[in-house]
Amino acid sequence: MKGFVAVYRKELYSLFASAIFYVVAFTFLVIAGYFFYSNVAYYNIVSFQASQNPFALKQLNLTEMVLRPYFLNLSVVLLFMAPLLTMRLYAEERKTGTMELLFTYPFSDRTTVLAKFSAVVSAFVLILAATVPGIVFLHVVSEPNWKVVLSGYLGIFLMGSAFIALGLFTSSLTQNQIIAAVLSFGLLLMFWVIGWTGSFVEEEFHRVFQYLALTSHLDSFTKGVLDSRDIVYYLLFILFFLFLTLRQVESHRWRG
Amino acid sequence: MIHAQGVTKYYGPLTGIEGVSFQVERGEVVGFLGPNGAGKSTTMRILTCYMPATAGTATIDGLDCFEQSLQVRSRIGYLPENVPLYTDLPVRRFLRFVASAKGVEGRKEKGEIDRVVAVCGLEKVAGRIIGHLSKGYRQRVGLAQALVNSPSVLILDDPTTGLDPSQIIEIRKLIKGLSERHTILLSSHILPEVAQICQRVIIMNKGRIIATDTPSNLTHQLQKSAHVNVEVKGAASPALMDAVHGLPGVLGVKHANDREGRFIVETDRAEDLRPHIARLLVERGESLLELKLMDLSLEDIFMQLVTEEKVQEEGSP
Repeated sequence: MKGFVAVYRKELYSLFASAIFYVVAFTFLVIAGYFFYSNVAYYNIVSFQASQNPFALKQLNLTEMVLRPYFLNLSVVLLFMAPLLTMRLYAEERKTGTMELLFTYPFSDRTTVLAKFSAVVSAFVLILAATVPGIVFLHVVSEPNWKVVLSGYLGIFLMGSAFIALGLFTSSLTQNQIIAAVLSFGLLLMFWVIGWTGSFVEEEFHRVFQYLALTSHLDSFTKGVLDSRDIVYYLLFILFFLFLTLRQVESHRWRG
Repeated sequence: MIHAQGVTKYYGPLTGIEGVSFQVERGEVVGFLGPNGAGKSTTMRILTCYMPATAGTATIDGLDCFEQSLQVRSRIGYLPENVPLYTDLPVRRFLRFVASAKGVEGRKEKGEIDRVVAVCGLEKVAGRIIGHLSKGYRQRVGLAQALVNSPSVLILDDPTTGLDPSQIIEIRKLIKGLSERHTILLSSHILPEVAQICQRVIIMNKGRIIATDTPSNLTHQLQKSAHVNVEVKGAASPALMDAVHGLPGVLGVKHANDREGRFIVETDRAEDLRPHIARLLVERGESLLELKLMDLSLEDIFMQLVTEEKVQEEGSP
């Protein structure tokens, strides 16, 4: 585990020493803040109007009108930002030749893959944590459902980790960071829209595609439902791409 | 300590190295010599477990580089060619990463880092970002990372490329100092360097080992004729040169290009002909200014070996 700690610390340091992390965090938080604000503002207007009408007042739901759309919005922003956090992980090591150091220090390739993944996930959690004050603010002025908040964050965390696992894999494919980012964005988008095939494929295929789609599994989390199928989906997605990364990294040795 | 037996590496259809076998004993300093692309780096990369060999076995300390890779890796310090480093980290931070990667205990970490920083003369730049350092300092940082945790074997791939002459001398001194505690295998294409630092030289060409010996033995063995430099006062007349040529054991006499009084006598190696030449010159009334036996330099030997190979290859069907 020594190697894990070493690589993990080094990755975090490199991440925090690079401008990319701050630009990504800044952009993510600004856009997330904008979405949050607009959702709350919209809810505000609707509740003013509803105050005239006791029936409509009962229809008002903070979870449905603010929290759910907010988490779904976060996932979209993440789709654009995650590839930027992961693109350098292996691409840079290959470009600068430091892969040779990693390969000749006494720890396994698996340790490196796990350490790199964990480091970026940690940085991602940090960015995500910066959105919590908004929820606290919501708690001050209203009564958000804490179960929904927690399960929503868990969903975003799992989804983000899945994005990072995929990004780690595309980064191991190339020396070029931009190619790595574009590939991972393309693949993520593919997994995003694959569930929208309902109208032109047969029912069974559609269900398979929908299960494969990244988006369909976030839904239950944003409703405050912890569905084991969705948790398993994200965990499998992460494991699958970490496994592919490991194979890809190992193959560098054989190809020399 | 290091043992390679029939190590072969193919890069697809290309041959990297073929049937490389050699041994390095504990405490030895051995140099790999060869033109670019001779397979020095490939051999080193196999020894450091960076990549597996296509065939053959390489062991370090009795441990197989492929089967027991992790144990082998904890016994070696490796300075790769071109010195790849994490350029965004400060020197000390990078060395901390290396120390913890190599499994140096937390308590000893600081002491170990201080030690390698001192050995490599990095005190002045320890806090600076590696990317901002000069080539010479980067080379030292590379050497420092190899030294962390005092591995018993040091494998240094071209440790002096891209350095200026004074830096080269410093790095050489550093390596010589290290040879007391480590077994060292280094590669270079600069011949005098290898002759100075190494006790033994392995000459490689086109992926194969073509000679292994001490620098002085190599010179001795491969010298088929000896050259004697002679200089007399005034111009050397053709008659004089003919007379020298007439001495038993002299194979040829030719003018040296630089001064008119100077000529080179090629002699049989069986006997030192200098007394005879001197006597002859004095008898003829010449004023002898210089008489010197020239040793073939490692460079000449190297060229000889490499060109001999070429001739053999062209000769064989």
